[in-house]
Amino acid sequence: MGLLQFITRRLMLSLLVLFGVATIVFMLTRIIPSNPASLYLGPRARPAEIAEINAKFGFDKPLIEQYGQFLKGLARGDLGNSLATKRPVTKELGSRLAATLELMSVAMLLAVIVGIPLGVLSTRMRGRLGEAIVRVATVVGVSLPPFWLGLLLQLVFVHALGWLPAAGRVDGSLRFTAPITSITGLNLFDTLVTGNFVAFYDAFRHIVLPALTLAAYPIGLITRMTRAAMIEVVSQDYIRTARAYGVAERRVLNHFALRNAVGPTLTVIGLTLAFMLTGTFYVEVIFAWPGLGSFTVRSFLNVDYPSILGMTLFGAAGYVLANLVVDACQALIDPRMRLA
Amino acid sequence: MFAGSLASAATEAMPEARAGGNEYAGGPDSGNEYAGGPEPGNELAPQRSTWQRALAILKRDWLAVFGIFFVLLLLLVAVFAPQLAPYPTMGEGRSSVSTRMQPPSAEFVMGTDRLGRDVLSRLIYGARPALIAPLIVVLLAVLIGAPLGAIAGLAGGWVDEVIMRICDLFLAFPSLLLAMAIVALQGPSLVNAVIALAVSWWPWYTRLVRGVAHSLSRQAFVEAARALGAREPKIMFRHILPNSVTPILVQASLDMGTVILATTGLAFIGLGSQPPAADWGLMIEDGRALLRNAWWTSTFPGIAIFLSVLSFNLVGDALRDLFDPKEYR
Repeated sequence: MGLLQFITRRLMLSLLVLFGVATIVFMLTRIIPSNPASLYLGPRARPAEIAEINAKFGFDKPLIEQYGQFLKGLARGDLGNSLATKRPVTKELGSRLAATLELMSVAMLLAVIVGIPLGVLSTRMRGRLGEAIVRVATVVGVSLPPFWLGLLLQLVFVHALGWLPAAGRVDGSLRFTAPITSITGLNLFDTLVTGNFVAFYDAFRHIVLPALTLAAYPIGLITRMTRAAMIEVVSQDYIRTARAYGVAERRVLNHFALRNAVGPTLTVIGLTLAFMLTGTFYVEVIFAWPGLGSFTVRSFLNVDYPSILGMTLFGAAGYVLANLVVDACQALIDPRMRLA
Repeated sequence: MFAGSLASAATEAMPEARAGGNEYAGGPDSGNEYAGGPEPGNELAPQRSTWQRALAILKRDWLAVFGIFFVLLLLLVAVFAPQLAPYPTMGEGRSSVSTRMQPPSAEFVMGTDRLGRDVLSRLIYGARPALIAPLIVVLLAVLIGAPLGAIAGLAGGWVDEVIMRICDLFLAFPSLLLAMAIVALQGPSLVNAVIALAVSWWPWYTRLVRGVAHSLSRQAFVEAARALGAREPKIMFRHILPNSVTPILVQASLDMGTVILATTGLAFIGLGSQPPAADWGLMIEDGRALLRNAWWTSTFPGIAIFLSVLSFNLVGDALRDLFDPKEYR
């Protein structure tokens, strides 16, 4: 099976999964609250008000009809309006996507740059102290609560040392001194492309702590997985052969082994995305990052129905899509994957 | 030497058990490394009893010893909270205006919070939800997930297909996101958080047990039982589920850490325990606004969560070391 066919097949399957996901989310929002309208209006709502809301959102219609309406809207990319801001949920999510995407990419980049070499390095140091340190570091990384790590970093680097800003994406004064020309919405990228280095430096200073907070867990996981996969690969015959031929150990590991160990690492990267997504909720709240996470937490707390539904769906879709990309990468690297 | 422990240290704990998470097409034999159990003939597993091997692991792995020690400590603290807390009434939530935001001192070892409550006492009482809530989550997830997995693995065919595809759907969500949505819709409380987490967690156990059931159902002793006229429910309770206990235990102990992070995290963003409950996540949230003036209010509960999660992860790693022959080298 060719790569294209593989991707097409997986794409179709993903669409099917997303349809199921949408159904589950819809059922959740309609079945769990016994009376969505009174939940929306609060405990002191009058019956007339409840009836009005019921009519407005269609809660009084049969479930199957509501489901049909929901799917129809979904097909048009319409998730309804946020109850809090009255704007379409898709707009709300869309306007915040770039900020979260930027944060997640920087964190993931950090995790990959640190995690994979650390994993390889610890394979080279098997049985030595260095490996012990790496092991402790990785298990600490996956055990740190992100919502506390963020505060700790703030405490040290903002309040005690005063090195970095506490919150937000850029400094407010930047608007006057070096305004950012928005191209993609990713500040680091935009400022770099337009040569606005003052703003780039500022955006960079703002993203360091949130990205670090978000990256701790993935770093731990990626290091562990790389190391485990490397150990597995290194015990193979062809590695022994390479060594027997006198290939330098560094080349054996970096060239022959790593390429075959990268598959499981990619899988982990896909899985850590789930962590990253919910991790951004904490991180964005702590660092006042104007992205999806802070919006989601607010809508969850306000029982902003359409937003909850939209964000859950959006999160699942993003996760499925990201894992699809991971699978495609794996298939690209390892042709055996395409047969699965 | 201690570094030697690392050679076999269970590394890819979570991802390995969950590696199938993104295979929606999931082949029938998607790797289940536990299925075999420690086979006597396995060249990788030395022929020693489980207890001997456990002792050997503890001897070379002081981190695992620390983990076990701390989990036991946590258990004791949770049980004897009223006896251990210096100010039990404050632990339960009574505020005291005269002692607001005092730094750590001999009187208040970890200082006091915004409402003048002794942080240490709150911390001690907080061990209860921190330990019990995740335990219930994991227990519920096992109770829902394991039987479904056994049924799927034994029945095969369309039953298997239906159960596993439903699993895949749940696994397509980031678990915590699904749980958050459920809690938000049900109304935030610790009980709802526990239910929501269990609802989004069970498929991992279904996947796990299905793997065990699938590989066992073709083994000679199950075939023999079947030939002797045993019906499927009997095979499930006599053979499949007992043989799943070990992998479930390993997975559960690894999950405990993650679920502690989840329950305290939910409390942190306001979707779990509600004030004035003594919950570590709530305490951190409470101390967030005071970070500059009263660092102790959020720092100590943070350390408590971190150490608990760390300990469960270490214990889980050690258990994996013990029961998973593949890692035993």
